Amino acid sequence: MITKRIIPCLDVKNGRVVKGINFEGLGDVNDPVTLGRYYSDNGADELVFYDITASAEGRALFTDILTEVAKTIFIPLTVGGGINEVSDFERVLSCGADKVSVNSGAIRNPDLIGDAAKRYGDQCVVISIDAKRVDGVFRVFAKGGRENTGMELIEWVKRCVGSGAGEVVLNSIDTDGVKKGFDLEMLEAVCNVVNVPVIASGGAGNMKDFVTLFKTLPKVDAGLAASIFHFGEVAIPDLKKELAANGITMRL
Amino acid sequence: MVAIIDYGVGNLFSLKSSLSFINVDAVVTSDPSVIASASHIILPGVGAFPDAAAKLKATGLIDVIKAEVAGGKPLLGICLGMQMLCSKSFEYGECEGLDFVPGEVVDMTPELPDGLKVPHIGWNALRFKGEKSELYKYVNEGDCVYFVHSFYAKADADCITATTEYGIELTASIENGNVYGTQFHPEKSGKVGLNILRAFCEIGGKA
Repeated sequence: MITKRIIPCLDVKNGRVVKGINFEGLGDVNDPVTLGRYYSDNGADELVFYDITASAEGRALFTDILTEVAKTIFIPLTVGGGINEVSDFERVLSCGADKVSVNSGAIRNPDLIGDAAKRYGDQCVVISIDAKRVDGVFRVFAKGGRENTGMELIEWVKRCVGSGAGEVVLNSIDTDGVKKGFDLEMLEAVCNVVNVPVIASGGAGNMKDFVTLFKTLPKVDAGLAASIFHFGEVAIPDLKKELAANGITMRL
Repeated sequence: MVAIIDYGVGNLFSLKSSLSFINVDAVVTSDPSVIASASHIILPGVGAFPDAAAKLKATGLIDVIKAEVAGGKPLLGICLGMQMLCSKSFEYGECEGLDFVPGEVVDMTPELPDGLKVPHIGWNALRFKGEKSELYKYVNEGDCVYFVHSFYAKADADCITATTEYGIELTASIENGNVYGTQFHPEKSGKVGLNILRAFCEIGGKA
């Protein structure tokens, strides 16, 4: 049976990997190529590189780094950040990315997902969503979680998948950085309405949180995290062994 | 030298990089003379069958590939490239394949138990069938490889060298003489995948 995936996410700014706590207070971690290779050699099932650079120079640097990563790392690579047009898909796919993650770009441009899916296939298009409870309703946030779009999460996720998104990354702003576990309630709501892979993001603090995630929500396909992996709080090989010991199918 | 057939389908960066990484000289090409001078041929492919088959036909390379295979050159089809090795496909209507391996490419959706998602995306384990394929000389049964597909090859049982379990048994690799095919992406399957590529490039003498 298909294995559950463990995915480290590397936020890249000016050529360095960073991680924000609740999207603020960025701190430097390591070189993307070194970190990428380290994770690939140590059980990561996929890597996500997220470009959080705003400048054109930074964007070009990111593309160079991505090319270097793709030359030596032979597991699936997903790239996000600054994806606003179909030409941005081309830019990162030609550097060796396998999937492209869109977030605010899809909110601004409703045709982006459909256009990209037609051109590169659904399997290539990942919709990444930052969501948060506002007065008891899950709302979609844009601009790295700073701006409430007013859109309701379930409607948005259905629309994205209907347009051709082949995978959903759901990041709960409510649990992100808190390290008290994934947002099971929000994830379940999304799993109930889509039939494409759902990747849980935001909130993992220890190995048990991943066990709880996959045990409680068998429909979740993958768990994504950053700082707990980067700072060595959870080692991926140990995590996968622990999950396997709990009866979850893993690639060991 | 390995010739990676370029017919305008999919991204060949990773495939070329993975061969460089294992010190195999590889060229992305649509030039018949380069293909003729290569020791091994790889036919990649992503997307839909009819579109890819039409593009391959338009290059005029089918006869070249068939002649090289008839001459004994090892050919490896990857993902859609593997499916195109079969007799025919039913993706968007019936469409002829290269017919190197007897079999049909069919939609997995109606055959899967409820609750399984299509495409079959992710890492899944290899189950060897029959005599262990040369492709697997450096890997073990149960090793995981990376799949992304919605259709699968119902090939003759004698030609299936590995399957993978996804509610039903899906064909993971096929083989007929010097023609090999993997439904999974060896260039995205980590060390296991690199070892499969290395084994292919060693068939009939090193590439």
